[in-house]
Amino acid sequence: MSLLHLLTLSPFVLAAALPLLGKAAPRLHKGWFAAVLSAVLFAALLGYSADIRAGSPIIESFAWIPSLGISFTVYLDGLSLLFALLITGMGALVALYSVAYMNSSEESLNRFYVLLLIFMGAMLGLVLSDNLLTLYGFWELTSIASFLLIGYNHRNQRSRYGALKSLLITMTGGLGLLSGFILLYVMSGTYRIRELFEAGAPLISHPLFLPAMILILLGAFTKSAQYPFHIWLPDAMEAPTPVSAYLHSATMVKAGLYLVARLTPVFAGAPEWFWIVSLGGLVTLLYGSLGAVKQTDLKGILAYSTISQLGLMMSLLGIASLAGIFDGEERLLYAAAGTAALFHLLNHAAFKGTLFMAAGIVDHETGTRDIRKLGGLARIMPLTFTVSLFGALSMAGLPPFGGFISKEMFLESMIETMHAGVFRLQTWAVLFPVIAWIASVFTFVYSALFVVRTFFGPLKEELRSRNIHEAPPLMTIPPLLLSALALALGLFPGLAAYSLIRPAAEAMMPIIPASGERLPAELKLWHGFTPALWMTVGIVAAGSVLTLTARRWVKGYDLLPRGLSINRFYDASLRFFERITVRVTSLYMNGSSRSYVKYILGFMLLVLGFILFRSTDVTFQVRAYAVIRPYEWMILLGLAAAALAVPFAKSRTVAIILTGTIGYLMTLMFVFLRAPDLALTQMVVESISVTLFLLCFYHLPKLRTERRAVRFRLPNFLVSVAVGALMTLIALAVLDTNPFDPVSDYYVRESYESAGGKNIVNVILVDFRGFDTMLEIMVLGVASLGIYNMIKLRRKATDVGSRHVEHEGEEARKEASVLREAQYGYDGPVEDLDASKPGAGLPGDDQADSLPDLDGSSPAEHSDRREQPEEDQGPADSRAKGGERDA
Amino acid sequence: MEVVVAIIVGVLFAVGIYLILTQDVLRIVLGTSILTHAVHLLLMAMSMLKTGSAPLLGRGKETFVDPLPQALILTSIVINFGITAFFLVLAYRAYQKLDTTDMDRMPSESSRHRGQSR
Repeated sequence: MSLLHLLTLSPFVLAAALPLLGKAAPRLHKGWFAAVLSAVLFAALLGYSADIRAGSPIIESFAWIPSLGISFTVYLDGLSLLFALLITGMGALVALYSVAYMNSSEESLNRFYVLLLIFMGAMLGLVLSDNLLTLYGFWELTSIASFLLIGYNHRNQRSRYGALKSLLITMTGGLGLLSGFILLYVMSGTYRIRELFEAGAPLISHPLFLPAMILILLGAFTKSAQYPFHIWLPDAMEAPTPVSAYLHSATMVKAGLYLVARLTPVFAGAPEWFWIVSLGGLVTLLYGSLGAVKQTDLKGILAYSTISQLGLMMSLLGIASLAGIFDGEERLLYAAAGTAALFHLLNHAAFKGTLFMAAGIVDHETGTRDIRKLGGLARIMPLTFTVSLFGALSMAGLPPFGGFISKEMFLESMIETMHAGVFRLQTWAVLFPVIAWIASVFTFVYSALFVVRTFFGPLKEELRSRNIHEAPPLMTIPPLLLSALALALGLFPGLAAYSLIRPAAEAMMPIIPASGERLPAELKLWHGFTPALWMTVGIVAAGSVLTLTARRWVKGYDLLPRGLSINRFYDASLRFFERITVRVTSLYMNGSSRSYVKYILGFMLLVLGFILFRSTDVTFQVRAYAVIRPYEWMILLGLAAAALAVPFAKSRTVAIILTGTIGYLMTLMFVFLRAPDLALTQMVVESISVTLFLLCFYHLPKLRTERRAVRFRLPNFLVSVAVGALMTLIALAVLDTNPFDPVSDYYVRESYESAGGKNIVNVILVDFRGFDTMLEIMVLGVASLGIYNMIKLRRKATDVGSRHVEHEGEEARKEASVLREAQYGYDGPVEDLDASKPGAGLPGDDQADSLPDLDGSSPAEHSDRREQPEEDQGPADSRAKGGERDA
Repeated sequence: MEVVVAIIVGVLFAVGIYLILTQDVLRIVLGTSILTHAVHLLLMAMSMLKTGSAPLLGRGKETFVDPLPQALILTSIVINFGITAFFLVLAYRAYQKLDTTDMDRMPSESSRHRGQSR
């Protein structure tokens, strides 16, 4: 355990302690704890940046499951540091913001912050772990935390829908990710990312390389909401706004980007990697920006914008993978795409965080996020307007904001791709800058719409009546800081470029520092009149026109066919699977316990039969045969005959008597098999059992007279015959030579020496295995308590029943009692002796009189009370007799 | 004798299981009872039959039959009795309450559940 481990795990510790801390300081908002912890973590991580910048990553290992070779290795290099700072920094600001935003009840606040902290810890663990399996564990934990946070308002149906959707989609990807990791392990023999890098080139030619890549990308694409897996992100906006700002724009959705960047050294150079990542990113970019324009919900715009921006970064990462197949100047050219992606990551966190928080403020103050109802807020909320403007300008890629620089770099990389001339890029490369340009125009449009529709124009009528004012300072400070960051990243990009971005990019492409080069990190606002600048001019011109005419052409979206949407597909497949699952499950889970017994028996037959069949140790050679005397033959044949007759007995009474016969024959068997104690006990027990059975029947006249044979059922017959045959085989197999000394010799030897008893069976029961006997008595006790309660409960229920009907007059009471009589065969009130005679209505009514001690309770209780003492005496009796023999 | 006993064990098991798989509650109780007898015989047979005299010391005998299965069976007999009594009362009460001993006609938890969901 190192300091770095402690830092990673501290959010979990705080999450566990939070409810207690809340008790200790009830007046303090829980958000402060989370905010302070995040700030401390941020500062601590910043302390490592000097080492990282110098190019010496930090690695700390801690054996977690040594037997499986899984260690919790924390590895901090440039890439991890960038993400870790993003997680803790945004975490601190979001927690601060949420102190003012979240003002629900005590208990749900606990839940909120516990989940937020768990998420933060999981996210830190994800970006810091060096082992693929631990990474996967944290990856899923972020999905679970996200699921619970989206469903925070769990009474809202839409929240639950969104939560489930995100869970299903990201978990599907997570499963792919795990399979991909396992395939990587199969190929390379290691789960450690560092060792994977060293495995290098041989991996590419491995037949499992492509499946592993596709599975891992499935994980990354679902997590980062890439087309066509993006559909969960808009629905995730049901989460509280701080959660949207934190998980669904700044951190969790970037886990996919992190994974792609992290594994670039493994996969870079493969054409499939380049095509899937860059093209997938471009399609998502275009789709997201087109989708954002038609949104009317502020958070909806931001959700689609996030999808689009994630696509942008993804495509850049794809282009950066080209750096793996070039050297020298060209390599650095393509590596610049990686730098751009990572720089945009930072910018995106700054401006999107700002805009989410601003949207939250608008929602909080006006009560709506619908841009059709908003407008003219610039004068009422100047501060919120300013931060939103900064955020939007950075998002649109205008100077002097950070977004401008990364957007320029993005466009340059796209143009550069045309010159690559590999992977058949010659034909299609022209699409890259074209798609990028179109998407950027729409990015400009939705950024503009976000600000214009919310803050300009006249104030709507329904808002005028509300007393709208600027949000409390605690809510405005975090977006203020973030928008300042968005500006600072544009004016002084060197702040982040050398200490964060370059180490991160070099960690992503370790081949560059390894060959003694350094990535250029001079990020500048002014590039000169490059093609990218002219493209930006075009974007602004086209974007402005489109923004001004937006109201006219946005209607065109309604013309698109709705039935073909991916959401429809998702809903339909979910319904389909539900239906299929219900149908398949009800095929075998039919609610009949007899079927379940059959399954269990069938399984037993399969397993035991297989073992008997396959095991070479099982031979059916009997060690020795005991002699059978003629009278023993008679008993054994009698047993078989009585047993076989039971299923054919039409009347239940006959079946009971036949079963009793089996019991008595068993008694005789015990006598001949030299087991006097067993014979005695069996005798007593059998007598009581048969009496009990018959007594029960005696009071159930209908049953006694009913004659019905067991209906023959072939499956039941086959199962029971198979079990019988199997048990015979087992019995025979056991008779084989025994390789071990029986433990019984010990008991025979020690019975008198240690325990001083001559009846060995008794000594075993009361001395050697005394606890078994105690538990046996407990079983009896529990059984008798159960019997007692069954009878007692009934009596209570009747009491309540009669009291209940008293209110409804005598007539109703009579009716009820008649009804009960019809139902239970006897009438309710306990005091009423006549009515409660068991077997009332029988021809021989005097039978009831022969049981004078019956106090209106059920005959079963009666028999129970009578037999219970004997039952306890049964075994004790025989043992006492055994004891006498000792003396 | 062991082989014959083994076959009897099989017969008892088959009958016991067959009864347990019927719909009649009372026959199910009888089935469990028969099943217990089968297990007892199986336990006896496992330790080889009649290898000596009854396991009682101080009677001048040197070899005994295996006492351990006997101890196990003794425990089992008593427990089986408790269980049978419990089952019997359960079946009896079920009959009083539901007016049937047919398992299929008793409203089960799952069928009620299914009834609600549809």
